[in-house]
Amino acid sequence: MIVAEDYESVAESRRPHPAQRVLVLALIGALLLLPLWIYPVLLMKLMCFALFASAFNLLLGYGGLLSFGHAAFFGGAAYVTAHALKVWEINPEFAILAGVGAALGLGLVIGLLAVRRQGIYFAMVTLALSQMFYFFCLQAPFTHGEDGIQGFSRGKLFGLLDLADSMTLYYVFAAVFVASLFAIWRIVHSPFGMILQAVRENEQRAISLGYSVQRYKLGAFVMSAGFAGLAGSLKALLFQFATLTDVNWHMSGEVILMTLLGGIGSIAGPIVGAGLVVTLQNHLATSGFPVTTVLGATFIACVLLFRRGIVGELRHRLPAWRRK
Amino acid sequence: MTMILGMPLPVLTGQLLIGLINGSFYALLSLGLAVIFGLLRVVNFAHGAFYMLGAFTAWMLGQYLGIGFWGALLLAPLIVGLVGAVVERTMLRRLYDLDHLYGLLFTFGLALLLEGLFQHVYGASGKPFSAPDAMKGVVRTDFVTVPIYRGWVVIASLVLCLGTWALIEKTKIGAYLRAATEDATLVQAFGVNVPLLLTLTYAFGCALAGIAGVLAAPVFQVSPTMGSNLIIIIFAVVVVGGMGSILGAIATGYLLGIVEGLTKVFYPEAANIAIFIIMAVVLMLRPAGLFGKEY
Repeated sequence: MIVAEDYESVAESRRPHPAQRVLVLALIGALLLLPLWIYPVLLMKLMCFALFASAFNLLLGYGGLLSFGHAAFFGGAAYVTAHALKVWEINPEFAILAGVGAALGLGLVIGLLAVRRQGIYFAMVTLALSQMFYFFCLQAPFTHGEDGIQGFSRGKLFGLLDLADSMTLYYVFAAVFVASLFAIWRIVHSPFGMILQAVRENEQRAISLGYSVQRYKLGAFVMSAGFAGLAGSLKALLFQFATLTDVNWHMSGEVILMTLLGGIGSIAGPIVGAGLVVTLQNHLATSGFPVTTVLGATFIACVLLFRRGIVGELRHRLPAWRRK
Repeated sequence: MTMILGMPLPVLTGQLLIGLINGSFYALLSLGLAVIFGLLRVVNFAHGAFYMLGAFTAWMLGQYLGIGFWGALLLAPLIVGLVGAVVERTMLRRLYDLDHLYGLLFTFGLALLLEGLFQHVYGASGKPFSAPDAMKGVVRTDFVTVPIYRGWVVIASLVLCLGTWALIEKTKIGAYLRAATEDATLVQAFGVNVPLLLTLTYAFGCALAGIAGVLAAPVFQVSPTMGSNLIIIIFAVVVVGGMGSILGAIATGYLLGIVEGLTKVFYPEAANIAIFIIMAVVLMLRPAGLFGKEY
């Protein structure tokens, strides 16, 4: 299986260590204060991709399923949210819900087909189906083809909070981000998450224990699609823009890289990975250096040199981090 | 004019021919993918990149060294094969003992690297590459108009596919390869140099993609993204056919090319997604693929 070699065992991961609680609270505190020093739009972009990578990691890290098609959920939800804001002119919270709903539906359809195959075939099926969705977006009139959907306002959250103000938007993002990560953490540590990890470790044994493995995989796939969709909806809301870039297979590759670079199978890994990749892209965008080539080289280096990812390697090398 | 299903015959046969040409490339590429996967258990995401590399090498040979189509058809696959051999020797072979997904991820990175590099150096726009002069004309009959070069592509790919099949099924080295696919350790114990066989197989698969790239250069334009667009379709072809059988990969490639061509006649809007829809249907009815064995 494609997992970090020393992920937390089931028993020890049930209950967070006191030091971990303090760390999490400190990080949330930092999240609230960061926009005082760092450009909030960049931070919000980071949160979008961190959430996207966390959603992806829910499937790969805990379900052991490598999807090569997560851009479909990310970009699909972005389109629906943008369309809802622009054409239906509904409140942003409903526009986001519509985006997430679309991602869940799409996740169900693609998931139903993809869980019929395993391993590399699963990866190829998800890639092909998301490419099909890409062609759909290319041709469907509501996406406006190459132009994308743009030129809409963010509206007022619950009819009260004006999201045109970037600080207001930032705190809404921070709230959604923390809540989503908490939800993912809960899912991973719920009985459902435990069974999912059991399926990842030994599918045959899980079947012989009477679990209907396909359903658990499908459940994980749909949830992962939903969170990826939430990330996409937030991105559309942030940039007031939804384009083909978000449904392209390059985007599916990027989210894999974020997760792999940060570390598969931990909550912190994808966040670190997303932060690094987004920062790298921002740097390279102005340097004239080919972004795709650098991403490709990073990919190769990750696979060959540190398959545990940054967080995984740190945990592995600093024994104190490995709580016994 | 003869009409079939409400379509003028030349339109129908014209699209069939286009389908057959696309199918030729699908067959060549999925064949290489199947050969590599059979022995190395690596899904070569970089296959599209090697196809692009073949086309670009041909273009560069012409541009910088003045080597024509025929010289390029010989040299470019050798160069691409050599690149493949180096990749296998230096990097890919470290991943054999790991989950197969790592091979897929590694070759995905390689594909991004190559595509990005060529895009950086040569830009995103396509480069024209002309067919050899002797093949510039067309053959016209009442039923169909065939540009000579395209006819030659179909024949060349058929010969290559069948040649590869014969190489694997009928020769001694092919027997080694099939034996190593079944049980590499045992074959090594018999004194066959399996690591070399792995390198050669990967190089051969890449060279096949390189030949396809050279053949494709005059039909499509030479552009950095020509491979990545194709590889996703090839994956769908491979899911439909299953990677277990060489002939299965070839047959599925041609078949899906033709189906795609016919979709262009009857329902052009769906032409892009026809293959993916077929894949979805096959997944529902026969999850292991038409010729598939599950690994």
